[in-house]
Amino acid sequence: MEGLINIFVRSVFIDNMVFAYFLGMCSYLAVSKTVSTANGLGIAVVFVLGITVPVNYLIENYFLSAGAMAWIGSGFETVDLSFLSFIMFIAVIASMVQLVEMTVEKFAPALYSSLGIFLPLIAVNCAILGGSLFMQEREYANIAEAASFGLGSGAGFYLAIVGIAAIREKIRYSNVPGPLRGLGITFIVTGLMGIAFMSFMGISL
Amino acid sequence: MSKTEKEPMFSAKNIKLLSTPLNDENPITVQVLGICSALAVTVKLEPAVVLAVAVVAVMGAANVIISLLRKTIPSRIRIIVQLVVIASLVILVDQVLKAFLYDVSRQLSVFVGLIITNCIIMGRLEAFALGNRVWPSFLDGIGNAAGYGWILIVVAFFRELLGSGTLWDYPVMEKLGLFNIGYENNGFMILPPMALITVGVIIWVQRSRNRKLIESK
Repeated sequence: MEGLINIFVRSVFIDNMVFAYFLGMCSYLAVSKTVSTANGLGIAVVFVLGITVPVNYLIENYFLSAGAMAWIGSGFETVDLSFLSFIMFIAVIASMVQLVEMTVEKFAPALYSSLGIFLPLIAVNCAILGGSLFMQEREYANIAEAASFGLGSGAGFYLAIVGIAAIREKIRYSNVPGPLRGLGITFIVTGLMGIAFMSFMGISL
Repeated sequence: MSKTEKEPMFSAKNIKLLSTPLNDENPITVQVLGICSALAVTVKLEPAVVLAVAVVAVMGAANVIISLLRKTIPSRIRIIVQLVVIASLVILVDQVLKAFLYDVSRQLSVFVGLIITNCIIMGRLEAFALGNRVWPSFLDGIGNAAGYGWILIVVAFFRELLGSGTLWDYPVMEKLGLFNIGYENNGFMILPPMALITVGVIIWVQRSRNRKLIESK
């Protein structure tokens, strides 16, 4: 249990998707004009990362990596399909997003209308694919660790996007030099937030 | 069809397709696309150049393929089709990198795979290749990838020069003798947040030279 919490905290603060790896930057910059839309996208990302990372973990460990298909029969022990991982992961993500969208629409219409357009957008959010690729690279021991990493990364993205949206709402009242207005100042503020997040780096868990 | 075929290969319109993404319509600083992978690989010049070349290759090829298929793809499933085309091209690039440039491929780690979700590629496929002929689509792809690439290379140039005092692993600062007169590397430039601030400054410089890009309040 302690290990799971460590992974969660690590992926929220130390290995933050946005500040440490710049993943999901496109939607982070495009959808952070107001806090309410940022909130919607953030929740959708937590949701989808929490589902796709464990699913891709199963696919990676039971089908794709070297020798993973040994459970089917003795003939499959040497099969190595790891070169297919990109295409499998992206297919899983695209179809999971579609499934999640349909389920949410059926059973939680209120949540659906608040997430609305953000769910389909997420299929091409780099943070989602990045989550699965980092999961593959870091070789988590079991599915609970992978799920905890997925949820933590999602929470880290949520924290970042809601934070920058709040700052951007305030920045509208300040006198920013013309050429820096909009995108430029957002980059610099994100950099400063990243520096603040770096203070977590020394923590060893 | 015959009318457009008479158009010369490098007509003014086609040249424009190639050149506007470099400045006025730059994918990173104006369209805000593809920033995810742009920042993390810019600590050193070499991986940045390799990624830029990889993106040029994937994007040129993807635009051509989608443009060839544009009349046969049903619009409802076009996103999946685009993802599959891009993912297959990225697998090719990844295997080539692993075979010939193994060290760089290790440094780039997940960022080769992340070319798949690089929004520039999807964005240009959606906005351009689905509605245009093959040759203009190819030029549009190359132009946008080059616009992305030059920002990547500029950021990497400054980060490597100021952060490690080298360029393409050649010790520039040491050869210039700057360490003897008290110069020191700014280790801060290697850290991730400085990539964001460098891009912010590039946007600042670009927009103060090109004032029509300034955002209204």
